[in-house]
Amino acid sequence: MSAVSTSPPLARADGRLSAGGHRHMNPYLAGFGLGLVLLASFLIMGRGLGATAASGSVVAWLVGLVAPDWAAANPGLKGYYAEPPWINWTFYLIVGAFIGSFVSALLARRVRWRIERGPHLGVPARLLLAFAGGAVAAIGAKLAKGCTSGQALTGGSQLNAGSWIFMLAVFAGAYALAWFVRRQWR
Amino acid sequence: MNLPLYGYELISDAQGLLVALVLGFGFGWFLERAGFASARLLTAQFYLYNMSVLKVMFTAIVTAAVGLWLAAIAGWLDLSLVYLTPTSIGAQLLGGLLLGAGFIIGGYCPGTSVTAAATGSGDGFVFLGGFVAGLLLYAVAFSGLELWANANSLGPLTLPEVFGISYGVLVLALVVMAALMFAGAEWSERRFSGMRPR
Repeated sequence: MSAVSTSPPLARADGRLSAGGHRHMNPYLAGFGLGLVLLASFLIMGRGLGATAASGSVVAWLVGLVAPDWAAANPGLKGYYAEPPWINWTFYLIVGAFIGSFVSALLARRVRWRIERGPHLGVPARLLLAFAGGAVAAIGAKLAKGCTSGQALTGGSQLNAGSWIFMLAVFAGAYALAWFVRRQWR
Repeated sequence: MNLPLYGYELISDAQGLLVALVLGFGFGWFLERAGFASARLLTAQFYLYNMSVLKVMFTAIVTAAVGLWLAAIAGWLDLSLVYLTPTSIGAQLLGGLLLGAGFIIGGYCPGTSVTAAATGSGDGFVFLGGFVAGLLLYAVAFSGLELWANANSLGPLTLPEVFGISYGVLVLALVVMAALMFAGAEWSERRFSGMRPR
């Protein structure tokens, strides 16, 4: 813990986080920076940011190694199958995001191995819920043709009608369930 | 100016992939700087004591929306060359509800789980694993949903078209709405500071 003395630690020694506080970048400033990255993507590439297609491309490619005909015909995979990771734009974007996140955290001394959870939840339960949440989010993102990045951020700034429906639904879904899973986080 | 560069074939596919790496770096950088590698900070949005998610998201949306609009009216950017995800109301409503549920259950959305994993979060990696499993499950079991979503697609559709209000006026309305939401977020953080875990 002593290594993080120059910036307040993200996690306490027990691996739990104390959320909130002012140790991160001002959220409006971070949002402005994120908005400029998004704008640059529009102006250079004619497309916004996204995260879902990167995983989709990897999944379709892996499935294709075992069952190429099925991957090429499946309605949920064929779009991804046509673009394997090494030529998939979003895959490169997410590789860049992984590196950018790592470098940022490294410079802020926030890189640490951890399982983040609330005080009332054990590690196995937290990991089970993380896995389940990821799976549910994937079905939602696939169905909506985008996630918080590809729909809410990107489409939101384009005043895309479907993206605004999506965004309102994301907040509605999360707020509706928040009370039921509060023991996980608080 | 001929923007988007890629749309005017001023950069190649390979250069585009390099651009993706650079943009991705910035994307990940600002997500991490905002503290979005933390599931508890992200989910605090839904317990009202830390509204960073809303602040970051809507500042980014407003910034990009104003920039897009200015570039378009200045004649620098051909908006018809910027990809617009087709609208499919039922699919985006249901998909959004599921993504919101996955967010509060798992602690991340797809992009922020990458940020979390990159900074050493085991739960971030597991969320990503669940995401991959979910995509596979969707392909195996929910292909019918995909066909339903596509069959009900309205094509690319923007809010100015829906409301019959001019683009510029709606961008201005977005700025005003965001300012009101930010005021609400600041109030909420003060009002619900007692919800903050000690």
